[in-house]
Amino acid sequence: MRKIHVDDIVATLRQLCIDANIEIRPDTVEAYHRALEQEESETGREVLQQLILNAEVAKELRIPFCQDTGYAVVFVELGQNVHISGGSFVDALNEGVRLGYQQGFLRKSIVNNALQRINTGDNTPAVVNTEIVPGDKLKIRLLIKGAGCDNVSALRMCTPAEGLAAAKDFIVEIADNAGPNASPPYVIGVGMGGPFAQAALLAQKALLWPIGKPNPDKSLAAIEAELLERINSLGIGPAGFGGSITALGVHIETSATHIASFPVAVNVDCHSHRGKEVVI
Amino acid sequence: MTVRETIYIETPLTGRALSVLHSGDQVQIFGVIYTARDAAHERMWKAIQQGQELPFDPKGQIIFYVGPTPPPPGRIIGSAGPTTASRMDPFTPMLIERGLKGMIGKGRRSEKVRQTAMAHGCVYFGSVEGTAALLSGCIQHAEVVAFEDLGPEAIYRLTVTGFPSIVVNDLHGRDLYEEGRHLYRRLRTG
Repeated sequence: MRKIHVDDIVATLRQLCIDANIEIRPDTVEAYHRALEQEESETGREVLQQLILNAEVAKELRIPFCQDTGYAVVFVELGQNVHISGGSFVDALNEGVRLGYQQGFLRKSIVNNALQRINTGDNTPAVVNTEIVPGDKLKIRLLIKGAGCDNVSALRMCTPAEGLAAAKDFIVEIADNAGPNASPPYVIGVGMGGPFAQAALLAQKALLWPIGKPNPDKSLAAIEAELLERINSLGIGPAGFGGSITALGVHIETSATHIASFPVAVNVDCHSHRGKEVVI
Repeated sequence: MTVRETIYIETPLTGRALSVLHSGDQVQIFGVIYTARDAAHERMWKAIQQGQELPFDPKGQIIFYVGPTPPPPGRIIGSAGPTTASRMDPFTPMLIERGLKGMIGKGRRSEKVRQTAMAHGCVYFGSVEGTAALLSGCIQHAEVVAFEDLGPEAIYRLTVTGFPSIVVNDLHGRDLYEEGRHLYRRLRTG
């Protein structure tokens, strides 16, 4: 049994929160550069150049890339031969988020509940998804989820008869409806399968994929490419000012589902696509 | 879309300065602007309902929809980029009717906001969301003027220099989002 002390988890989460908000994902910056080569609109290219410059300025000044420093969504893969010592695992994750958001001068954007809406003051609680896996490692993947783009996300319970064609139309429709509102060009996470709630979680998890890295499943990779092309023909463009790049990537996660269901969830992420992972 | 020369505008705004602006124009803003987002708008709306004074006179002013990050030591303000403007739509007409002349945000506005803005001479500017670190550098001064308890949602008075924006909705009924999308839309059927 390998022991990992909660203090290490606190320190790790603290640093992940700060770094993820200040240094945007390298695959995001690479995607800006690819988009810049393809974008036809002059204004669109200028927007992409501003995003690239913003990434440099944020890193240099050590201030957040975007003022919405988001919801801290944590995906944990916990090796079954790991023993967490010294306290509660979930408390340690939250303590790391609390310290990271306070000491990193990040915005505290979480309210205590949807109805009372009192700011918790430290961006906790984090959302924690834990998977127990073989081995003696602890993998922590942090996704910084902004709200503007989360607000345009959606889920539809298609029927098996409607199938993939309806699912594709739905995904394109969600991107079209998002229009200029949710900071395009988007990264589109798609979840297909499970019961209702599982589809949404898969869509969020799909956002962890490096942008533009095709799905290892060739048939899914083909669907991702087709969806990307259709979304990029919507004309919304960078910042919504019109252009040929409306999405930087489309990523799909699938799972088992019920014989009667074809759930499709679309989790939209803005161009400030942020996250970071670490293995302890 | 042709890129025009940058137009420099100064607050408080006048009708003449705004009437020359056209959808798609790049501008740089100089002077005082105010921040307000969801909760601050709701409080201003309540103040109006109850016949109370607003925390600042919107006449000739610009509201920037933003909730900045806290300033690290030695900085005036943290990162400060625009948030989605449509969430403010229910509260916006009452401010336009009280003389508000400009709004900076991201995303499209409701039909009612666009109509009210045109009727009263108020322009909607879009800044590039997610360029919050860059935009922060244009802010020379920041002070809270109301609702400090709201934290990032408090109303700040900012002094800005060369704050970059693009005209989205001008006073002539044009909308950059609609025009831009139309220009590049290549939809194929199903």
